[in-house]
Amino acid sequence: MSSQAAPAPASARARAHPEYAVELEGVTFAYDRRLVLTGITMAVPRGGVVGIMGGSGCGKTTILRLIGGELQPKSGRVLVAGQSVPDLDRDELYLMRRELGMLFQFGALFTDMSVYENVAFTLREHTDLTEELIRDLVLMKLHAVGLRGAARLMPSELSGGMARRVALARAIALDPMLVMYDEPFAGLDPISLGIVGQLIRRSSDALGITSLVVTHDIYESLKIVDYLYFVSAGKIIAQGTPDEVRASKDAFVRQFVDGAPDGPVPFHYPAAPYRSEILSRA
Amino acid sequence: MLNAVGSGFLSVLRRMGSRTVTIIAWLGYVTRFAAAVVQQSPAALSRLSLTLREIYFSGVLSLVIILVSGLFVGMVLALQGYDVLQRYGAAESLGVLVALSLVRELGPVVSGLLFASRAGSAITAEIGLMKATEQLSAMEMMAVDPLARVVAPRFWGGIISMPLLAALFSTLGIFGAYLVGVKLIGIDAGAFWSNMQAGVDFRYDIVNGIIKSIVFGVAVSMLAVFEGYDAKPTAEGVSTATTRTVVESSLAILGLDFVLTVFMFRGVG
Amino acid sequence: MNLNRSALDLWVGVFVALGIGAILFLALKVGNLIDFASAPGYRLEARFDNIGGLKARAPVKAAGVVVGRVESIKLDSATYQAVVTLRIEPGYQFTKDTIASILTSGLLGDVYIGLDPGGDPQMLADGGTVSKTQSGIVLEKLIGQFLFDKAAQGGAPK
Repeated sequence: MSSQAAPAPASARARAHPEYAVELEGVTFAYDRRLVLTGITMAVPRGGVVGIMGGSGCGKTTILRLIGGELQPKSGRVLVAGQSVPDLDRDELYLMRRELGMLFQFGALFTDMSVYENVAFTLREHTDLTEELIRDLVLMKLHAVGLRGAARLMPSELSGGMARRVALARAIALDPMLVMYDEPFAGLDPISLGIVGQLIRRSSDALGITSLVVTHDIYESLKIVDYLYFVSAGKIIAQGTPDEVRASKDAFVRQFVDGAPDGPVPFHYPAAPYRSEILSRA
Repeated sequence: MLNAVGSGFLSVLRRMGSRTVTIIAWLGYVTRFAAAVVQQSPAALSRLSLTLREIYFSGVLSLVIILVSGLFVGMVLALQGYDVLQRYGAAESLGVLVALSLVRELGPVVSGLLFASRAGSAITAEIGLMKATEQLSAMEMMAVDPLARVVAPRFWGGIISMPLLAALFSTLGIFGAYLVGVKLIGIDAGAFWSNMQAGVDFRYDIVNGIIKSIVFGVAVSMLAVFEGYDAKPTAEGVSTATTRTVVESSLAILGLDFVLTVFMFRGVG
Repeated sequence: MNLNRSALDLWVGVFVALGIGAILFLALKVGNLIDFASAPGYRLEARFDNIGGLKARAPVKAAGVVVGRVESIKLDSATYQAVVTLRIEPGYQFTKDTIASILTSGLLGDVYIGLDPGGDPQMLADGGTVSKTQSGIVLEKLIGQFLFDKAAQGGAPK
């Protein structure tokens, strides 16, 4: 069922760099002897929106952490714009991360700074721009997510959806090549869901940003992604374009798309046979 | 039967052994962390505004509790000291007694314990909470080292604040003793101060006291930032970490105090 | 907790100033930093048969006024006498026939060295020796002496 996604749009950066923003080949990861990921192979073309779907705790966020260099794979290759991430030393890793943006699950805004200062953070840390220029950039990014008027607020004064959008503005402050989204739709009201989805899609189309979205919201993902990977128990068990996914006959994909309680992902947590437990007093 | 005893003994040994290995591994981890923090310190100190902010949060906000406690400790010392000294007609030595007790021991130790409970636990909670809400990870992913930006300023803020707080504690204590001894009880003010001046040596007592408070500052600040950084990213994890900071800091202060006192005040009298 | 920069700087400045002030207070008013930091003064030597309870850093007084400190106490292994080095503040001169005695301030007080100048027109210079000394009182010897005298007195009429 696997097929190539649409070719990357021609932007200046795309020409200078390899065709794929991210490539994983046969990646395995273990945490304390417990295998979390096995044989993960995926490719994210430049400028596209790729989704990683799966149930909770199946290792989706671990993939993002491997790409960002927070974790080291046990085996396999992790490439970002052609560079092997585990082989980078600390300074090189930090340089690479400037090309990355990450949206954490609940925003992870710095609570002791205002919205403005949160977005200005990377600009202040990594560039020598004057305060006026930074101000213009910050207001532009906030405008892109529709929150320019909230610049003076503190994170504690924001709703969940607003915090998520500010975090998005912060993630794209340096115009990164790749933005990773960790559960961007979790816990949002329908309006915010639509907004966030649109922002992800539009930042890709307008700015040529490659987006990697980890989520379990099948409905929203099908609306915005070019390609989808399904992960279960640490393995990729299905992949395809949204149309292929909707038409798929694969049992796992069907259970996910239809939201059925039982199927390849079982409803019951492993336990002794029901009859014997109920009657065990005898 | 011998087999059972033997294997039971072996399993106890094995458990003790693995616990020891765990403790040694933990010590190694703490040392590596400490080295990393020290390595990032120049970057943190060059961003003076960050460190100043932390001096405010650890030092200035601890002023009230330190000053009030110092005052009361001094007053109580004076009361108790007078009670004993006047039996031997040595009431005029009250100043020396209080000053030496405070400058050598109570100043650094008690202010260290108070600092650990107030500022140390606050630092741990703050860093732990930032870890739990993924702010530290976010910073890492934005290519900013959280050790340099979050941890080191708090570490140095604590080290700078501690000796200042200890000196303020001792000063307020002496003032409290003056209030009780001279104003309340009626000891001669001149004798109070002159005996004190004669009995307290700058290099021997005061400088040693300052050295103690700096050592305590390093210990408490390092433990506080470490426990915060190492906390489990849950509400329970943060609360456990704060408790550990206070307990470990208190034990460290008392233990280091003993070691330092032995070295500094050897052969007193 | 959004503290503006100037308020923060102000409070930190106040805190650091208070702290340093406390340290200075302790050093000057409580300790003896003035003595420590003031001009060194000149040295005199005095030999005693017994220094009693004299310790280093004990005060040296003349007419009850502190004029210096005991710098060091050593034993001369040839004569088995205690060699005490005194550091006298500049501005105080003592005659060559000054007597240095080891005294106690009060019954349980601190031991100090008292200087009693004589009438000699010549003054002691840096490195000079106080030739006339009076050793410290050792309480046990005093009591022993007292008992001995008492015993001798009691036995005399016989």
